[in-house]
Amino acid sequence: MTAFILRRSLQSIVVLFIMSLIVFVGVNLVGDPVDMLINPEADQAEIDRVIRDLGLDRPVSEQYWYFVLNAFQGDLGRSFIFGEPALKLIVQRMPATMELALVSLLMAVVFGIPLGIYAGLKPNSKISKTIMAASILGFSMPTFWVGIILIMFFSVHLGWLPSTGRGDVATYFGVTSSAFTVNGLSHIFLPAFNLALFKLSSVIRLARAGTREVILQDYIKFARAKGLAESRVVRIHLLKNIMIPVITIIGLEFGSLIAFSTVTETVFAWPGMGKLIIDSIYNLDRPVVVAYLMIIVVIFVMLNLIVDILYSVLDPRVRIKGVS
Amino acid sequence: MEPILKINNLQTHFFTKAGILKAVDGVSFEIGAGEIVGLVGESGSGKSITGFSVMGLVDPPGKIIDGSINFKGKNLSALSNDQMQNFRGNRIAMIFQDPMMTLNPVLRIETQMIEAIQAHDSGISREDARIRSRDTLGLVGISSPDERLRAYPHQFSGGMRQRVSIAIAMLNRPDLIIADEPTTALDVTIQGQVISEMQKLCRETQTALLWITHDLAVIAGIADRVCVMYAGRIVEQGLVANIIANPMHPYTQGLMGSVPSQNQRGKPLQQINGMVPSMLNLPAGCAFQNRCNYANEKCSKMQPDITQLADSRQVRCFNVPAGQQL
Repeated sequence: MTAFILRRSLQSIVVLFIMSLIVFVGVNLVGDPVDMLINPEADQAEIDRVIRDLGLDRPVSEQYWYFVLNAFQGDLGRSFIFGEPALKLIVQRMPATMELALVSLLMAVVFGIPLGIYAGLKPNSKISKTIMAASILGFSMPTFWVGIILIMFFSVHLGWLPSTGRGDVATYFGVTSSAFTVNGLSHIFLPAFNLALFKLSSVIRLARAGTREVILQDYIKFARAKGLAESRVVRIHLLKNIMIPVITIIGLEFGSLIAFSTVTETVFAWPGMGKLIIDSIYNLDRPVVVAYLMIIVVIFVMLNLIVDILYSVLDPRVRIKGVS
Repeated sequence: MEPILKINNLQTHFFTKAGILKAVDGVSFEIGAGEIVGLVGESGSGKSITGFSVMGLVDPPGKIIDGSINFKGKNLSALSNDQMQNFRGNRIAMIFQDPMMTLNPVLRIETQMIEAIQAHDSGISREDARIRSRDTLGLVGISSPDERLRAYPHQFSGGMRQRVSIAIAMLNRPDLIIADEPTTALDVTIQGQVISEMQKLCRETQTALLWITHDLAVIAGIADRVCVMYAGRIVEQGLVANIIANPMHPYTQGLMGSVPSQNQRGKPLQQINGMVPSMLNLPAGCAFQNRCNYANEKCSKMQPDITQLADSRQVRCFNVPAGQQL
């Protein structure tokens, strides 16, 4: 197991290196941050000074070299706008995004798996057909539009739930989250639901497809032949087998939940990383964009590793050599 | 002796889009306590569906539409699924064809065994159930059963997995085990072991056994009586010795002739002409007429009835030699 994790970590470093190269070159191709940063009335000497200060007068290859050197020391550069370390800016906002992603993932799993299994067990019932039709809607409706509709309906029309911000936060065991207060929960519900909708639909479809396939297997019939109650057949024999594809998707989608929560965070004014990256892209704040993308890559790589480890927990057949 | 299982005129039909498929069409037979009965037939003859009908595990669109399945005085076909659950795996157990597929790949053997015990005895402790599981594994010839309980199915060979399935079937000391081609997927050497093991266990525990197979040679080795099925009906049944020595139904004769060891070296193997007819489109009269060397006009018009012979032997054919009929 240790060897496996070590090997994967080495692979991750290679991925990270290649990714940093692409990101760095890519960011340098678009726009000139100097135009955004400098007072339009500044003279040429002033402009030259800023360019020199930011290191933008050096060739891209040299800039990259210094970026890598600093990155090894945990320094991903300073924000052009805030003048603070980019990493610090992102890490400050990370908990808000994380809790949003976690709550919406939880929603997707808690509702998605039972609904999917039901639709798979009774494919011809009216309820199942409704579930499947709804999941198509969940896939196809644009996130920002659903967000606005949710705000209109629940916040403006009914006045039940707040539409912006994180609300009250509380800290337990060193974790600060709005999921610990009632007010915070009422704030997180709408954005989390908005973000969850797409994942919910994919979990439903996966759980249904898995159920349709597994339910025909001999081992399900054998379990019934043993005289087990149907509830045990479904909860143990079926569920454990359909969890493998579901875990894969959940794991990988969790990365995209974090990475692409930008739209939801913008619509609901959620003070997370997504909002930060959008602002940074507008302002061509290169260090923040690069740092953000590096962090996202790390998150994806780590999630992949966790998914692989979870696999071996769920499916003894893929248990990695040297584990047992 | 009162039979333990008495099936009378069982009709299990599948209501498909293409029409009604009479997979089991008027099957009647009995099994006595501790008796081993073979149910022989080609693929699609309805032998497995007969087994599943007894278990109450016929999948939709299949349905038992008529007949009775009398098990120790209770008509199983009239029971609800919940009531049936108390019999399944408890009084009647089943073993499936492919041992690679019957054990859940993601659950430990002990989980799959203990749940089978606890499903029928809610009072038993996990530890006691585990001990019984271990002893039963030992009984079917699995060495170091204590360790093997912790293993997953993929860590066993095919033959060992089938032994585990047999152990699971025997856990609750059932009165009847339905074995649906349990040795078909195994190597010949392992086949022999499993067959003799099953035979021994059933004799010791007085468990009745319904052995479903397409292989007459296996039946000859294990069963007391045999039922030959063709196109959803039993065409011949009686004591194994009688039927092997003197098969009367042309289909049984064909099956016997098809066993390679019955043929002479260097001669082409005998086979039954033609193909199994489509179950959706059976000819009027005898279902076997198209492949039968003795078929005459009568066979294409009427369905032959059962002819009773000595030793409670039954044949469903018009051409039973006159002297043999009772």
